[in-house]
Amino acid sequence: MALDILMPALSPTMTEGKLSKWLVKEGDQVSSGTILAEIETDKATMELECVDEGRIGRLLIEEGTEGVPVKQAIATLLGEGESAPSTKAPASKPASPAKPAKAAAPAKAALQAPTVATSPTGETQYSTWKTQTVRQALRDAMAEEMRRDPNVFLMGEEVATYQGAYKISQGLLEEFGENRVVDTPITEHGFAGLGVGAAFGGLVPIVEFMTFNFAMQAIDHIINSAAKTLYMSGGQMGCPIVFRGPNGAAARVAAQHSQCYASWYAHVPGLKVVAPWSAADAKGLLKSAIRDPNPVIFLEHEILYGQSFPVPDTTDFLLPIGQAKVERPGKDVTIVAFSIMVGKALEAAEKLAEEGIDAEVINLRSIRPLDTATIITSIEKTNRCVTCEEGWAFSGIGSEIAAIIMEQAFDHLDAPVTRVAGKDVPMPYAANLEALAMPQVADIIEAAKTVCYR
Amino acid sequence: MTTKKAVSPKGPAQGSNTAPTVDELIKFYKDMLLIRRFEERAGQLYGMGLIGGFCHLYIGQEAVVVGLQACANPGDTVVTSYRDHGHMLACGMDPKGVMAELTGRAAGYSKGKGGSMHMFSREKGFFGGHGIVAAQVPIGTGLAFAHKYKNDGGLSMAYMGDGAFNQGQVYESLNMASLWQLPVLYVVENNKYGMGTSVERSSASTDLASRGDAYNVKTMAVDGMDVMAVREAGIEAVEHIRAGKGPVLMEAKTYRYRGHSMSDPAKYRTKEELQKMRTEHDPIDHLRQTLIAMKALDDEGFKALDRDIKDLVMAAAEFAQAAPEPDPSELWTDIVVAA
Repeated sequence: MALDILMPALSPTMTEGKLSKWLVKEGDQVSSGTILAEIETDKATMELECVDEGRIGRLLIEEGTEGVPVKQAIATLLGEGESAPSTKAPASKPASPAKPAKAAAPAKAALQAPTVATSPTGETQYSTWKTQTVRQALRDAMAEEMRRDPNVFLMGEEVATYQGAYKISQGLLEEFGENRVVDTPITEHGFAGLGVGAAFGGLVPIVEFMTFNFAMQAIDHIINSAAKTLYMSGGQMGCPIVFRGPNGAAARVAAQHSQCYASWYAHVPGLKVVAPWSAADAKGLLKSAIRDPNPVIFLEHEILYGQSFPVPDTTDFLLPIGQAKVERPGKDVTIVAFSIMVGKALEAAEKLAEEGIDAEVINLRSIRPLDTATIITSIEKTNRCVTCEEGWAFSGIGSEIAAIIMEQAFDHLDAPVTRVAGKDVPMPYAANLEALAMPQVADIIEAAKTVCYR
Repeated sequence: MTTKKAVSPKGPAQGSNTAPTVDELIKFYKDMLLIRRFEERAGQLYGMGLIGGFCHLYIGQEAVVVGLQACANPGDTVVTSYRDHGHMLACGMDPKGVMAELTGRAAGYSKGKGGSMHMFSREKGFFGGHGIVAAQVPIGTGLAFAHKYKNDGGLSMAYMGDGAFNQGQVYESLNMASLWQLPVLYVVENNKYGMGTSVERSSASTDLASRGDAYNVKTMAVDGMDVMAVREAGIEAVEHIRAGKGPVLMEAKTYRYRGHSMSDPAKYRTKEELQKMRTEHDPIDHLRQTLIAMKALDDEGFKALDRDIKDLVMAAAEFAQAAPEPDPSELWTDIVVAA
């Protein structure tokens, strides 16, 4: 019986990939361990190994094809005595899913950034835009700032030779050399403290954590050394440093690798905390973070890395830290979100519109300082608020926003502020439980209806 | 790579081209005496309630920082732990500003917002004053990273106690500093007790310097009660580092006369042990005897010098008591730098 060889998922977040090269041809005898093909994921080029024994029947996907979805059949494997024509595969060579590959990026952008036309704060003056992934935007931001200021350098695990665990620093080693793109040992506490010392010494370090989960090893230096020393030194010891990396839940990586740290860092005076959603957010905010004379916690999201958005096509594009953006104006309810939850809030808003509820969606962009003015102005208009975050509700960002609204806009509220957040459990591994633990679009819709008494 | 060396000459090495001049020796004596008198006065002000919180005195350990800072160049950087008053004075910071910080006054180095454990002077190359045990070690390593990155010829000195030397981040730092050949001198001031726990009770191996061997770091051990020995070791260490041969780990065996902090009655050691150190190994007495033997100073000379130091410390104490507290508006300053 002929077997289908499927496009594999080669990382927890991979949904599609490029079949860059076939290393076997039709009719080849293969066995367990034979390298069949090279597959390029969003993070790396990987080899696909054969698991079974047999003969290659048909290659269903042409090499060089981009956007091949995970689980798509890419070849057939024949058993003993079977012949190629007997397979059920389509006779024509280019498989149908291969065609939309080139269109994939723009299509995604349309889905994820439906509101570019609504002249966002700080971006209106730019006439030329290009479509970029969040990943490319982050890399460009670092590269531009490293060209601009020779004291800016990047350090972290796998940032140089490996080109970044998530390929964020791709090409930087080549351009800037090993003095400015520094691979560290796996030693978060040590290199975070080293970064702080380098910042005290006049440099501008960008410290990449492979994920913010690992930054817990380093949190003493982030808080006690980076955030507090300016105050404790009577203003002498500024610490211009960016701590960046993916934050929040990726996919199926369980409790130790799926946590939002926004409220942890936002709690601390002396830190700035930024959480971009779109590629424009990522580019403009990271450039501002690198130029900022203070320690900045830059919370990225692994799921967003591969998503595409329009970005102003200039090296002068900076977004001010501390300013939120109204992504979608509305009059009935305010949905406040940051990072990946902005996309979910916009999706919820579209569905709410179908039911006659006009939601305003605020993308916080910056958690500390928090743009309370934009939130309060919105509440004065809508009189209702739903907050969204991946992290836990207890002592979360939503709790802080609720308190601020109560203090500053109590009389404008027609309903209690409602928090949509991660469930109060460590993140489970099982797919169904994980989905239950994460805040979903349906949760936002339900919360919005509740505060609208619908 | 690892050349462990116990350096303890009985006096200035005769004929050595690194031997200190008489003037240098007198300066060491003054610097150590300043630290001693300053700390005694700080202890007194603490007792009077004028200094609050934690206050960790350096009395007994003076030879370590004075001997090593004698090897530093302008532009070099220094970090240490919370037992930091001696390091600040040895870096040339003004005793008035240090004492005023201890009393929490606006004229203090941190405007009264840091206190005993948190003072800094960019001008003097002193980068703190850090309150978390061993946190200064990666910070000092980062300062060394900056020296190398900027190629400014400077080096970083990172001081720590024997207590800090069991923290993981020390080894993370040694590893990176050796890997990247950073210009950093790690100094373990082994005063035998991490708070109340002796080195024997806290460290599986009491040969602290030898731990550098695991990281391919040059190691040295020195009698930290002998300022001339410390200085000579310091010269060797600094030469190694400035030649681009990577970091040095130096263990200075020393002793603190006072408790860990002001509230420590130091019952974990015997009075005899303390007495023996004070009478037989006091770094200031030791140098005084050397200076007398060299006929560098007569009785009158010592008296005049003692008087100068006493006046300096008295003036600092008076300044620190007379200086106003920070303005209430200072509560809200220095939290972030305006971008």
